[in-house]
Amino acid sequence: MEMVLLLLLKSIVWIVVLLSIFAFLMLFERKFLGYFQLRLGPNRTGPWGLLQPVADAVKIIIKEDIIPREADRITYKLAPIASLFVALAAFASIPVGPPIELFGRTIELSIVNPNAGVLLLFATTSLGVYGITLGGWASQSKYSLLGALRSTAQMISYELSLGLSIIGVLILAGSLNLYDIVQAQERVWFVLLNPVGFLIFFISMFAETNRVPFDLPEAETELVSGYSTEYSGMRFGMFMIAEYINMITMSALAALLYLGGWNGPSFLPGIVWFALKVTLFIFIFIWVRATMPRLRYDRLMSFGWKVMLPVALANLVITAAAVSLF
Amino acid sequence: MTAVFWIAGILAVAGALGVIVAKTPVHSVISLVVNILALAALYLALHAEFLALIQVIVYAGAIMILFLFVIALLTARKDPIERTEGKLEGQRELGLVTAVGGAVLMIAVAASAGLGRMPANEALPSGFGSAAAFGRELLTTHIFSFELTAFVLLAAVIGVVVLVGRRQL
Amino acid sequence: MLDQYTGVGVFLAVGALFVAVTLLAGKLLRPHNPYPEKLATYECGEIPVGEGQIKFHIRYYIFSLIFVVFDVETVFLYPWAVVFEEMGLFGFVVMMLFIGTLVEGLVYAWKKGALRWV
Repeated sequence: MEMVLLLLLKSIVWIVVLLSIFAFLMLFERKFLGYFQLRLGPNRTGPWGLLQPVADAVKIIIKEDIIPREADRITYKLAPIASLFVALAAFASIPVGPPIELFGRTIELSIVNPNAGVLLLFATTSLGVYGITLGGWASQSKYSLLGALRSTAQMISYELSLGLSIIGVLILAGSLNLYDIVQAQERVWFVLLNPVGFLIFFISMFAETNRVPFDLPEAETELVSGYSTEYSGMRFGMFMIAEYINMITMSALAALLYLGGWNGPSFLPGIVWFALKVTLFIFIFIWVRATMPRLRYDRLMSFGWKVMLPVALANLVITAAAVSLF
Repeated sequence: MTAVFWIAGILAVAGALGVIVAKTPVHSVISLVVNILALAALYLALHAEFLALIQVIVYAGAIMILFLFVIALLTARKDPIERTEGKLEGQRELGLVTAVGGAVLMIAVAASAGLGRMPANEALPSGFGSAAAFGRELLTTHIFSFELTAFVLLAAVIGVVVLVGRRQL
Repeated sequence: MLDQYTGVGVFLAVGALFVAVTLLAGKLLRPHNPYPEKLATYECGEIPVGEGQIKFHIRYYIFSLIFVVFDVETVFLYPWAVVFEEMGLFGFVVMMLFIGTLVEGLVYAWKKGALRWV
């Protein structure tokens, strides 16, 4: 009973924090994109546009909810919720810091801590395709369907290289538990031992979250807004929240697997180190969006299958050989 | 534990029924995903951690995506497929008999296996159902079947290429 | 074993609460004024032409079939990676045979042009 109460409390805190981070992430992204392009970004709502998230939230909640006549109503309503739930479930296994002592008990800073944490993460992220595919299909619109199909093909292609790239880390750590993996990096971060794996993970990360330069599912110049073309109001909002939570999850995973998680010089507490590393990755997401042009779809698919997959396999073989020799 | 069994069990059966009852193919796919996820929860309740997660990764994350593609390729329209009238003679009756027969058989098997007399909390070997235990078994006891799997998968790749044919590529 | 995963359920339940609250709040606050033009499928302001469904190229199907094969391969690699150290050279050789067989499949599909996206 006590365990369930603790879980409930943690879940509420996590969701509130996660949603606040999401809200300000949107602001920072727009602000930084503005600076990158020598603009000011949002600056009308509060000092430095700090009240923009509030304005956005109010706007998105009171927008009319339009369900197209042709749409498949049940699936149309289900898809954004599925997207959000999958994103939340993936974040549930991310530890945000070392276990802390509070009121004489040890509290783990993650919702769940299963032995096979990495597998749980991959299982949940592999379901991320459903919200997008079903949303695109249910809209019964040409743009939505094209966006959804592109997105699915892209996500499954890069999911392979993502899955193969972390095998190197698993060999080095000898465990599927995220806490163990961080522990194993106390002396040296895995990014130094397995740089090619990190590079593949890093690139696949963008494809998995549908971000620039892999944002073909919602390429606005050709597909209007891809799978979410027909959506409005809070249902659209849920797709957005899911996308940004996925971005945070992937950044956190990159920090946990390759940058030593919360390990760092001891003048800052572990949780701060971890937050800094995640912020770094999120900033790179925004930076890349401001810098890179979108890939052409055939290039994206060939790159995934003919470059990423073979390199990921080669990296795996070389890492395994190196570990078994030394 | 028992609560999880009942909830997941009911969801699994409901999902399975949904697959055949739904009139729109995509709804059938969604029901099947629900069924698969519920089965994964049942595996978890049986301490089979690795199996449960693999169930989600492979079935829900890969094979069902394939199903969605097939449906998008063939019959993407949302309107239900029209039922053809050409029913086989006595199909319904025969189906009923088979279903009842199958149910009786299953109950008989379960009863003879001693359902309800299951030891409640028998001590499991440590690490039971974990990925490490699976890996050890796979690389020692089942090494031959493991290597054979590679050839089955190879055959699948070749099958895809051959089935699709040169003209389409 | 199960209690390690209960958290996901609790977390999602709280998430469901958030979804319910925002959707309900929206329902009370937002306008509701549908008319036929608004409910039409969006096609850049034009009257929609034909059905929302288009025929898709079989490539999507080929790629997802090949994906399934390699996804199953990846799944075998996880437990292998975890016990890699204790298995030593034997584990390495066994997995190289496994991966080698599948790379053969990849090369075959590649040479046959199945991985070409035109």
